[in-house]
Amino acid sequence: MKGTQIFFYIFVMWVLIIAGGGLVVSIIAHISIQGFGKLDNLIDSIVKAGIALILVVIWILIMSKIKNWIFHKQISY
Amino acid sequence: MLDRTIIAILISAVAFVTVYAITPSLITVLTKRKMVVKDYNKEVITMVARPGGPSILAGILASELILYAFFPSTDILAIMITTSLAFLVGFADDRKVLGGWFKPLALAASALPIILLGAYHPHLAFPLFGSVKIPELYLGLIVFIIPVMGNTINSIDVLNGVASGFMTIASFALTICLVILHNYDIALASLPLGFVSLAFYKYHKIPSKIFPGDSGALTLGAMYGALSIVGHVEIIAAIALLPAVINSFLFLSSVKRIIEHRQIKANPVVHTEDFKLMASTDKSAPVTLVRLILANGPLTEKQVGFVIFKLALFSAALAIITSFMMEIRI
Repeated sequence: MKGTQIFFYIFVMWVLIIAGGGLVVSIIAHISIQGFGKLDNLIDSIVKAGIALILVVIWILIMSKIKNWIFHKQISY
Repeated sequence: MLDRTIIAILISAVAFVTVYAITPSLITVLTKRKMVVKDYNKEVITMVARPGGPSILAGILASELILYAFFPSTDILAIMITTSLAFLVGFADDRKVLGGWFKPLALAASALPIILLGAYHPHLAFPLFGSVKIPELYLGLIVFIIPVMGNTINSIDVLNGVASGFMTIASFALTICLVILHNYDIALASLPLGFVSLAFYKYHKIPSKIFPGDSGALTLGAMYGALSIVGHVEIIAAIALLPAVINSFLFLSSVKRIIEHRQIKANPVVHTEDFKLMASTDKSAPVTLVRLILANGPLTEKQVGFVIFKLALFSAALAIITSFMMEIRI
């Protein structure tokens, strides 16, 4: 079938989204920062945003590596 | 439930018929005003009317206003305003080319009605693992989703019929997912998107009589994004859009900056002598979904379109599986 590797890449992306979601829920959901008074919510959000961004960057790096591995023939023009 | 079924049929019919009836007149008006562009994938010089955004927006607004008359809700209002604002951004880009960064920022501003009307739940729901509450972070996510979804659909609008056909598959998949998750109100609100895309596909399919332009593609993408936020199905919506996401991902990771497609110096796809599409061997050309599809050999424009539709169907199936997984907890 035309584009078989692309189907596989989509499937890998889907698995990584679900696994990444699990990581987000298990890490971020349990974070609760207290002790800063009115700033609790703000600091809590900044920390969660930072962790989420790190996870997204890791996800993009993994996808990039997998892309190179799956499509190494096609993208070596 | 019967009320909802009757209204579903009514708004679906209005969405489809509006676009189906208006688009031929729009093509005539655009052609008379010389608002036409060259179709570069045709052997004979072919000029195609652009943009088709006005008829797409007309179909969406006509059907959503009827739905709003029956079920007034801030969710539907937020969807309509966000979609209309995205249309204006796209229409401005169709008339006068906007800068690379202006469009994403203007689209981010289009998302503000969702925030101002409070048409969101600050939870991000994941399959199997549950949801996470991210009140402040979610606001950032809203202004991120609309430009990303809009530009993702815009970036896949590269061949005759692809953007509208792809959107038809993705939006009907989203409706099915919303029904599976018992979110019937937003499922109802999502129906016009599928039917508008389907009616527009009639004129956009190969050989195209009209192109959606930025106004059409951004309208479709922004409405899809707004539905995903209001319907609380952000992850599922992203999964149904994976082939287009891959296209944007491949493009950005090869050019390494945000630029418009029109700014690309080396075309990722070239033509054979018999005018089939062939992957470019130019190393400076960006990697795109179409270029990957063509890596195994030249194909006609129609064949490439069908491969993209198969990928869209595969992603739609994964999105539907994911919505079933939302009910399961490990």
